[in-house]
Amino acid sequence: MADKLTQKNRMPEWITSPTSRALAALIVVFVLGLLFHAEGAFYKWGTHRDMLRAVSVYGILACGMTLVIITAGIDLSVGSVLALTAVLFALTTIHWQWPFWLAILFCLAVGGVCGGFSGYLIGRFRIQPFIATLAMMVFARGVAKWVSGGQKISTAVQQPDGTYQYVSVPDIFTLINAKIFGGNLTVVTVILLACILISWILLTRLRQGRYMLAIGGNEQAAVLSGVPVNPIKILAYGMAGLFSAVAGICQASQELQGDPEAGVAYELSAIAMVVIGGTSLQGGRGSLWLTLIGILTIGYLEKILSINAVGEDKRLMLTGVIIIAAVLLQKNK
Amino acid sequence: MTMLLTMKDIYKSFGPVRVLEDVRFDLRPSEVHILAGENGAGKSTLMKILGGVYPDYSGTIELGQKPVRFKSVQDSAGGGISIIYQELSLVGSLSVYENIFLGRERHRFSWIERTGMKNEARRLLAELGLCMDVETAVEDLPIGQQQMVEIAKALSYQAHVIVMDEPTSALTEPEVKKLFEIIARLKQKGCGIVYISHKMEEIYQIADRITVLRDGRYIGTETAENLPADKLIHWMVGRQLNQQFPRHQSRLGDVRLDVSNLTVAGEAGNPIPLVDGVSLHVRAGEIVGLAGLQGSGNSQLLHGLFGTFGKRVSGSLKIDGRPVPITHPAGSIQRGLALLTNDRKSTGLVLGRDIVENASLACLPKFSPAGWLRPKAEKRAVSQTLQQLRLKAESLSQPVESLSGGNQQKVVLAKWIQTDPRVLLLDEPTRGVDVGAKQEIYELMNQWTQAGIAIILITSEMPELLAMSDRILVMHRGHITAEFESGQATQETILSAALGETTKGMRNTWRTN
Repeated sequence: MADKLTQKNRMPEWITSPTSRALAALIVVFVLGLLFHAEGAFYKWGTHRDMLRAVSVYGILACGMTLVIITAGIDLSVGSVLALTAVLFALTTIHWQWPFWLAILFCLAVGGVCGGFSGYLIGRFRIQPFIATLAMMVFARGVAKWVSGGQKISTAVQQPDGTYQYVSVPDIFTLINAKIFGGNLTVVTVILLACILISWILLTRLRQGRYMLAIGGNEQAAVLSGVPVNPIKILAYGMAGLFSAVAGICQASQELQGDPEAGVAYELSAIAMVVIGGTSLQGGRGSLWLTLIGILTIGYLEKILSINAVGEDKRLMLTGVIIIAAVLLQKNK
Repeated sequence: MTMLLTMKDIYKSFGPVRVLEDVRFDLRPSEVHILAGENGAGKSTLMKILGGVYPDYSGTIELGQKPVRFKSVQDSAGGGISIIYQELSLVGSLSVYENIFLGRERHRFSWIERTGMKNEARRLLAELGLCMDVETAVEDLPIGQQQMVEIAKALSYQAHVIVMDEPTSALTEPEVKKLFEIIARLKQKGCGIVYISHKMEEIYQIADRITVLRDGRYIGTETAENLPADKLIHWMVGRQLNQQFPRHQSRLGDVRLDVSNLTVAGEAGNPIPLVDGVSLHVRAGEIVGLAGLQGSGNSQLLHGLFGTFGKRVSGSLKIDGRPVPITHPAGSIQRGLALLTNDRKSTGLVLGRDIVENASLACLPKFSPAGWLRPKAEKRAVSQTLQQLRLKAESLSQPVESLSGGNQQKVVLAKWIQTDPRVLLLDEPTRGVDVGAKQEIYELMNQWTQAGIAIILITSEMPELLAMSDRILVMHRGHITAEFESGQATQETILSAALGETTKGMRNTWRTN
């Protein structure tokens, strides 16, 4: 208690707040970009646009992950659900020629059900989130492979006589993959921003979001205050599943195919983004604003390393180091 | 005779609060020495000092004639002291012998010698007259046998001072008998036993000497023959009642809360119910005090009727004459119940969140029609309530963990008052709260009863209980053992009922089982 007070006196609050700590990491990375600009590449908007595009799918997963982590949980299944919905999206639009809105609704429903079921297991049967979502991760991957027959679902459609015929790419793929605002922004980035906005509204403007924070902060106190803990957990994991489906649709559109092997280890990138932003894995604290900073930090880091032609080996090593550094920076509280 | 253990001039404070003042205690070989006192008298603190849990005390401890100072639990165990806490410190998934030798496994070139340890474990258990499979996992044993394993573990440390903190609270009658046999054997071996108990019958069954603490001070030591029950009780509670309490009795209305035959089953596998067929009623505007020492089940009774235990509860509940099911806390809150728990940090508050969020948590639907939060309305209502409670805080958006105990408690009270409760269940509402805030909480209780709210009050502070309650029920081992009208009760009569003494003239529903 006492040293908390003295620390407050030593440093003004705006320096020690989670937001400024997270921003500090982002600024450090950004300054690195200004220094190692790869012959001016970093000064071009196109670089930033491509960074945003590259990070969007991960960022969409990070939105759902933020909600889940705030309830003191974790969701390992987002990458697999992404693959499953990517496969389903490609299958329904390319092969079955469903109208795009029906395909989208279907994929969102599948994602939401996958996540919601994890949440049900966690709330109703008190299975640890790690285990429940690990099971979902394996299961959803299996379904993706089963539905796709282990093949990438692409525009090469097998005919009854065994030959392949190429069909045209559905319009919805082109639309999601397009650049807008005079080519200055990609649609997937707009989708990412929409996901952040939706999660932000849920977390800060709706009762359910308040309950998520309370459950993560002290589940027992929440139960005794009449908070409907199980439905809220189903909602949090369901939203994570829903966003995984959004990410799956984007991924399929970007790759022009549904790959059952897609999204492997994406959950780890999403968790890293949330954690670098400063949302605590203990739950009860965190915000979408912090996650946005985390998304940008990782996005810029990867981009800067890639425009400077740093090999993947060193890129991975550096990313590991930066994650630890960013978390340590937020630690001494 | 040389003493096994002598503790003298023991002082101990937690921050500014002095919990032990000039306390002494000694222990002879081959004796059972009862350490008696109400909740919060300082018994557990004294034993934790002996056990090395609190190394920062002042005073002297001598083992034999040798002065010692325990800096850690290991120090104390090395000195031959073994403390068996109420919550047993065994690793459930490990076997009996593994638990006995935990942390001191016998090994040769770090290769564990299982056979040797098993044999030694069997020998230790045989010494206690016990025969059990040493390879069974401890979690598969009934509580009574687990306790025997703890005692065997103590013996394996060559402990000659064995402290038992309410060892019988979870035991069945035959298990208690077995425990007492073992205590007799330990006495024969020359061990000294410090025994903390809240059960009168037990105390006189095994005591050689009794030492009484009250409010952190030493009251006296006497042999059991020379300290009859009434004198013991007088020692435990014989304080002057000079505090001013502002209870204004309000006009009593109709019966608000009517509980009949409420039973809370024990934890999984334990046949002893926490609350056993309790019936009670509270009128509108009435404060009913629910007295009871640790383990009496009074706190569990409140949780039971609030729905915390869900399906472990049986019995029926009426609010304002209408039968209501006991389901879960959310349902209870809707039906007008509110429970202030006795541990605000672990069950009352979300410490990392701010004042407003905590104060509105139990009635959030009120401030979020169709799910959308109305932060302004929420803040206005909360700040209004908190003004009535005279909360002192820099801003309503500061996290509750930065508030003092008294102000934290006011946030919890605000949370419950905003649900417009018909029945308030208050479990230790003034615990860890400064004097000023205590007075304010008493005033609030008066206001609330005047508004017709029915209150059940649990408090381990006897003067508070006597002054604030319009009626007092006393619990012991899950039963109500006595009922007093306002003014009839004294500290002595309450305590003796809480210790399980049966006295003439009291309504007595306690039966031995």
